[in-house]
Amino acid sequence: MTGPHRIGGNESASLRFRFDGVDYRAREGDTLAAALLANGIGVIARSFKYHRPRGIMGAGVEEPNALVTVGENGRVEPNTRATDVFVYDGLVAASQNRWPSLSFDLGAVNGLIARFLAAGFYYKTFFGPPSRWMLYEKFIRRAAGLGRATTMPDPDRYEHRAAFCDVLVVGGGASGIAAAHEAAKGGQRVILVEQDRQLSAPAPEGVRTLTRTTASGLWDHGFVTCAERLVEPGQPPAPGQPAQRLWQVRARQIVLATGAIERPLTFAGNDRPGVMLSTAVRVYVERFGVLPGQRVVIATNNDDAYKTAEAFAKAGGEVVAILDSREALTRVASNAKLRFPVFTNAFPLATNGVRHHLRSVKADVWTEPVAFQADLLAISGGFTPTLHLHSQIGGKIDWRADLQAFVPGETFQPVTTIGRAAGDIPAIDPDTRDLPDPKGSFVDFQNDVTAADIDLAWREGYRSVEHLKRYTTLGMATDQGKTSNMAALARLAHAAGVDIPEAGLTRFRPPYTPHTLGTLAGPDGGGHAAPRRRIALYDRHEAAGSLWQPLGLWERPRAYLRPGETLHSAAMREARAVRTAAGMVDVSTLAKFAVTGPDASAFLELACATGVAKLAVGRGRYTFMLREDGMVMDDGTVWRLAETAYLLTSSTGGADRMETHLSYIRNVLAQHLHVSIIGQQEHYAGIALAGPKAVAILTALIGETPPVHMGLMHATLARIPVLILAASYSGERAFEVYTPGFDAAPVWDALDAAVRAEGGCPYGLEALEFLRIEKGHIVIGAEADGRTTPHDLRLEKMVRKAGGFVGVAGLSRAALSASGRAELVGLTSPDPIPEGAMLIARDGAPVEGHVTSAARSVLGENYIAVALLKDGRARAGESILASSPTRGQHARVTIGDPLFYDPEGARYRD
Amino acid sequence: MMQIDCQYCGPRAQAEFLYERTLDSIVTIDMATDEAVRRLYERANPCGLDEELWRHAAGCRQWLVLTRHRTTHVIEAVAAFDPALHR
Repeated sequence: MTGPHRIGGNESASLRFRFDGVDYRAREGDTLAAALLANGIGVIARSFKYHRPRGIMGAGVEEPNALVTVGENGRVEPNTRATDVFVYDGLVAASQNRWPSLSFDLGAVNGLIARFLAAGFYYKTFFGPPSRWMLYEKFIRRAAGLGRATTMPDPDRYEHRAAFCDVLVVGGGASGIAAAHEAAKGGQRVILVEQDRQLSAPAPEGVRTLTRTTASGLWDHGFVTCAERLVEPGQPPAPGQPAQRLWQVRARQIVLATGAIERPLTFAGNDRPGVMLSTAVRVYVERFGVLPGQRVVIATNNDDAYKTAEAFAKAGGEVVAILDSREALTRVASNAKLRFPVFTNAFPLATNGVRHHLRSVKADVWTEPVAFQADLLAISGGFTPTLHLHSQIGGKIDWRADLQAFVPGETFQPVTTIGRAAGDIPAIDPDTRDLPDPKGSFVDFQNDVTAADIDLAWREGYRSVEHLKRYTTLGMATDQGKTSNMAALARLAHAAGVDIPEAGLTRFRPPYTPHTLGTLAGPDGGGHAAPRRRIALYDRHEAAGSLWQPLGLWERPRAYLRPGETLHSAAMREARAVRTAAGMVDVSTLAKFAVTGPDASAFLELACATGVAKLAVGRGRYTFMLREDGMVMDDGTVWRLAETAYLLTSSTGGADRMETHLSYIRNVLAQHLHVSIIGQQEHYAGIALAGPKAVAILTALIGETPPVHMGLMHATLARIPVLILAASYSGERAFEVYTPGFDAAPVWDALDAAVRAEGGCPYGLEALEFLRIEKGHIVIGAEADGRTTPHDLRLEKMVRKAGGFVGVAGLSRAALSASGRAELVGLTSPDPIPEGAMLIARDGAPVEGHVTSAARSVLGENYIAVALLKDGRARAGESILASSPTRGQHARVTIGDPLFYDPEGARYRD
Repeated sequence: MMQIDCQYCGPRAQAEFLYERTLDSIVTIDMATDEAVRRLYERANPCGLDEELWRHAAGCRQWLVLTRHRTTHVIEAVAAFDPALHR
């Protein structure tokens, strides 16, 4: 009998699981890796690039080879380490990157053409003709690969949770538990997290313990993100419970007791199934009661591996040989020599196998070749302290030559590292011999990077370890080089003829182990990523058949579709109703600020680039604000409600920015002013009534004469007190009726009934677009795109000559009044003008501008647009091409003023 | 995520705050064009401590001045914005 098996038989195993379609049994507490070994399965996966058969190398999260897909349908997790999944009843797992099956994989042909797939192959394909790259790309994508993500919806819930503590201890080993105990004894609030299912000893009293929780990211000021698995991959969570939880812990002190990870040795065939890390062998024997082989050869450069020999022999296995690369016998080795065949100055050279399984180990003993029959090769190349978290947040690292390892150094964070992670690990004697077969000697098992690949990268000029990583893909993917970084670094340093610390180390980045996307998303999936801001009249619009349009966090009616209508036909009907009768539109989302106090005028003249102070009480006017660089930031209207009280409105999308901007002016630039600014965006609902019949409708509803254009009044409508602002965006005589949101429904209903009685209807944003384009009104984000000055937008006449407003200095820069700037123009055409189209003299000519907004004339037959065009104001009458290659649409357009409807403004006057 | 010790509210997560600008890039209304442009486009950007204007936007909404190290993110001091001292 050869190969792995359960000590004392697998009969007591009670959990059922399935791997690659075959049913097996596991014991409670088994990892999938342990259970597979217990069932005699040694080959678990095919490698990334060459499709070489791979077994289990480790017993923890560092496992590079045994990646599996766990779960079924939507509840599936690819690329999960078999060593990091605990078996539950009903677990279903599958191997990856093989076709048609694990034992017979056609992709393994890649192994035969390995010399074409050497380091940098992918990049080199870029240098050839593009057609060749297209060919390679298909081939590479199919051949190289990990598991596949499901496209089905994830049925599970994920949660984010915050926690605070005095001390966070990462790692439930001996050091971690001791540290947690000590801190708790001192009365501190302690959280202990452990990625495994169990701690090495009972949790100390008074310590909040989270098992199966990985501290995977260390951030500024003691902030730690920890991923907790409440269930295993593919396992349905308990009712009402999430599958995983992301803890966001703020800790005053962080103790890292993260241990150390064993390194493999580099020799030919070191990736063959049956070659396993020495400590992993011990874990399978002692924790899981699994013997990963019958006859073991142990290859080591340190004393720790001798414990593996003891454990293996005690469990009934045969220790064929211990190959110790050191010349002198240490005390531990001398003791072992009494019981086991110990060879000094001995190195593994190569492995041989039958049907993917290890059969024999070829070794070099005092330069003599010797072969050993064995089905397991336990290797130990020393230990690498797990200093990922320390490094993530900028902690320095120190080199310890005796350990041939980096240990945590200075840090400016409240972080202490203890135990094995701090360097409490066995000393090693590094191997400096020449490798006989670098092409077959794997350094990074997960990415199929051999020692020869590293040599090649060096020869091709990749000197920095960062470049080496990117060129060879070393240290990438799920294991992030946990087992391979140090061997690669040693090889690079060897090629460069420098010491390892001179070769450098790539900085670690979160997460320490892979997270599922669900954990990161938490509860924010399914439309919950951002809050939905619902306008006061939502129900009224919904009942009227509103098609909703997202606008920032708001949703606004885009059009009210009637049976048989398209968006465009509905919007055109609505726009025509406004031009010929009346319409009403919800303008509640506009930003609104109450500006009051003796210095209200002075404050507004700082914020607004237009004149404000001379505004008469009871009147309003259009205004705009500049950024400090002189560009138009936002626009709106300002109304003088009383001598020292104003209402300022601005765009919906810029509302939050404007709130910050006004607060900045108030508190940073003008603290001396006596003024109060209160944001009222959500407090007031607003309904704009527009059209030739608007005056008559409103007069009937309020029982008095409505204000003149740009006037305001307080009135009562449907027995609700309202504020009426006579402003127009549509080009028709219009009124904005404001009332607190909770009072808005009766006002809407009264207006709606009156408007419909006059042959009008409510209208949405799409119709509003048509109407405002005809009037050439700008929209923030379309025409005012952050690169346009008041002059570019034809607003310069409104700019206050005396200055004294935000942006006046930036605006006076000479370049902003030079020629060649993009300026606002109107375009007309008998054909539809594509929105976003570039403006060019002819095909292939330089781009001179672009169409910012386009529509069809509401009552006319032609098409209109506004655009930003180089020196556009002086080019009226010219013809130019509006071309949109991406939409395949073109129109010959005539340049003019951006005002297509009622240029005299006669329709505003009663 | 950093933790900022607000003068008014105590230590809170960075997510509650809005970064505005460094103090050396504040442009006052009456500033000459040259000086304004210099402040907007030629900031010191030291690789060390700098003074920054933040707002506790999702908290008390007050404006704060942080003395913060730009590589280590260590916040040495938090003060209420005072135009006499900070502008």
